[in-house]
Amino acid sequence: MRTVDLVTYQDNWWEILTSEFMRNALLGGTIVALAAGLIGYFVIVRNSAFAAHALAHIGLPGATGAVLIGIPVSLGLGIFAVGGALVIGALGKKAADREVATGTVLAFATGLGLYFNSLATKSSSTMTNVLFGNLLAITNEQLVVFAVMLLALAAAVGLIYRPLLFASVDSEVAEARGVPVRTLSVVFMALLGLVITMAVQVVGTLLLFALVVTPAATGIQLTPRPRRAMAVSAVISLVSVWAGLAFSAMLNLPPSFVVVTIACLVWLVVWLAARASHRAGGAIVGAPARATEEHPVHV
Amino acid sequence: MSTPEPATPAALVFDDVSAVRGGRLVWSEGTFEIPEGSVTAIIGSNGSGKTTMLKVILGLVPTSSGRVEVLGHAPGEGPSSGRDDIGYVPQDYTSTAGDAIRARDAVLLGLTGNRWAFSRITREQRDQVERALAAVDATGFANRRVSQLSGGQRQRVAIAQAIVSRPRLVVLDEPLASLDLRNQREIVDLLGRLNKDLGVTILVVAHDLNPLLSVLDGAVYLLDGHAHHAPLSGVVDEELLSHLYGTRIEVVRTPQGEMFMRSV
Repeated sequence: MRTVDLVTYQDNWWEILTSEFMRNALLGGTIVALAAGLIGYFVIVRNSAFAAHALAHIGLPGATGAVLIGIPVSLGLGIFAVGGALVIGALGKKAADREVATGTVLAFATGLGLYFNSLATKSSSTMTNVLFGNLLAITNEQLVVFAVMLLALAAAVGLIYRPLLFASVDSEVAEARGVPVRTLSVVFMALLGLVITMAVQVVGTLLLFALVVTPAATGIQLTPRPRRAMAVSAVISLVSVWAGLAFSAMLNLPPSFVVVTIACLVWLVVWLAARASHRAGGAIVGAPARATEEHPVHV
Repeated sequence: MSTPEPATPAALVFDDVSAVRGGRLVWSEGTFEIPEGSVTAIIGSNGSGKTTMLKVILGLVPTSSGRVEVLGHAPGEGPSSGRDDIGYVPQDYTSTAGDAIRARDAVLLGLTGNRWAFSRITREQRDQVERALAAVDATGFANRRVSQLSGGQRQRVAIAQAIVSRPRLVVLDEPLASLDLRNQREIVDLLGRLNKDLGVTILVVAHDLNPLLSVLDGAVYLLDGHAHHAPLSGVVDEELLSHLYGTRIEVVRTPQGEMFMRSV
């Protein structure tokens, strides 16, 4: 039986960490972590975790298709992700039916992405990069785009924060009070599409749930105050990215794997602590959230 | 501090109003006035269009004919841009994100939820939230997550959210439907207090009049596709109620002077 080295220690990990591509990875990861912190809270509150996951997959044919027609991969990815977001947002509220429709589209989109990839005349790593992210190859151009997207996201959220919160938490009452619930739905989904586009380039479609959704869920478990939950969620994403990159350099592991593992571990610890304190009768952290019939999912 | 409004004796004016939902005429010939400061029920059998009437009043559903005036203006247009003069408590208040928000923050949204761009919450606004919570006796659990509250407690939070902006009219959709008897009693007493102490006009969609009888002044009833209004004495009438609910109703008057309805 051959032994396999699961983990190898890299002596020169500090040199690796301080090299330029690592700097870009850290910067890119930081920007995406902050964006994820901002939007992730609303993804949980609006019960849109599945839609967020689906959007990542819907971006895949955009990315592999972009290779075919020669436009930048992130542009194709973005067009499909945001386009898919707008469609889902416009579909409205009845999500019980929509889950099946979303899942079906997700599966088709992934298959379509695979097909486009097979058409490429030269083999490219685009599909692997989109599925698992390409954190160590973030370019300066990508950094600039990320920074602009983060600023736009922060400005948008700052503008619509309270009406969006109202529409997400009490949509009927918000509508009666003049909040444009449908429009906000579409705006939210467009913003989500932008964040997904960024996050795919960092950790990929298959793993971005753990960067965008899981830290937000952890934040909400820890505190019911919206802005604090968003801050906690951003911190967890940041720590996951930084520690993830450090450990991946130290131990020669794929970075998105480590980033995601850390985020999941943090969630697990908080989740177990919440259940333990819940059983003990305490209210240190909130009870785990469930989607039930009384709690309609809406985008 | 409410800005001075031209005094209107009627909180709600319906003038030959009809409503269409999904291509179907739900009710028509609605002509009545509901005075300010009254407590009025909206009753009718299932599917008669009670919730539609609520939505017409809130400006969420257009009428297909006739004129509606709510607090002196058209439905959906408030004196300020925020529709702050009407509070709404929807049916089965279960905040969809109940786990992620505290009762206090849910009530605060009733005050700030329609304000764009970021602005600090003022001391005055926080005090308004405290007063609303106190008015519904929710101060004790104001910092708990909404998902951790009982049905009766959530209903009170919903009412606090509706009254925090000091509305002149509060509209409730079946507030008692999923509550046990004790909670029903408490909510009805609360509505009575809000009406007496704050002078709020109250409209309640209800499928059961009995719990509300002690605070009601009158009712809008949807009968045979038409909307009518009558004071309480006119509504608590065996013939009318039997016709309305499609089953024989008996009005029982106790020696203590109370009354209730039951089907026989």
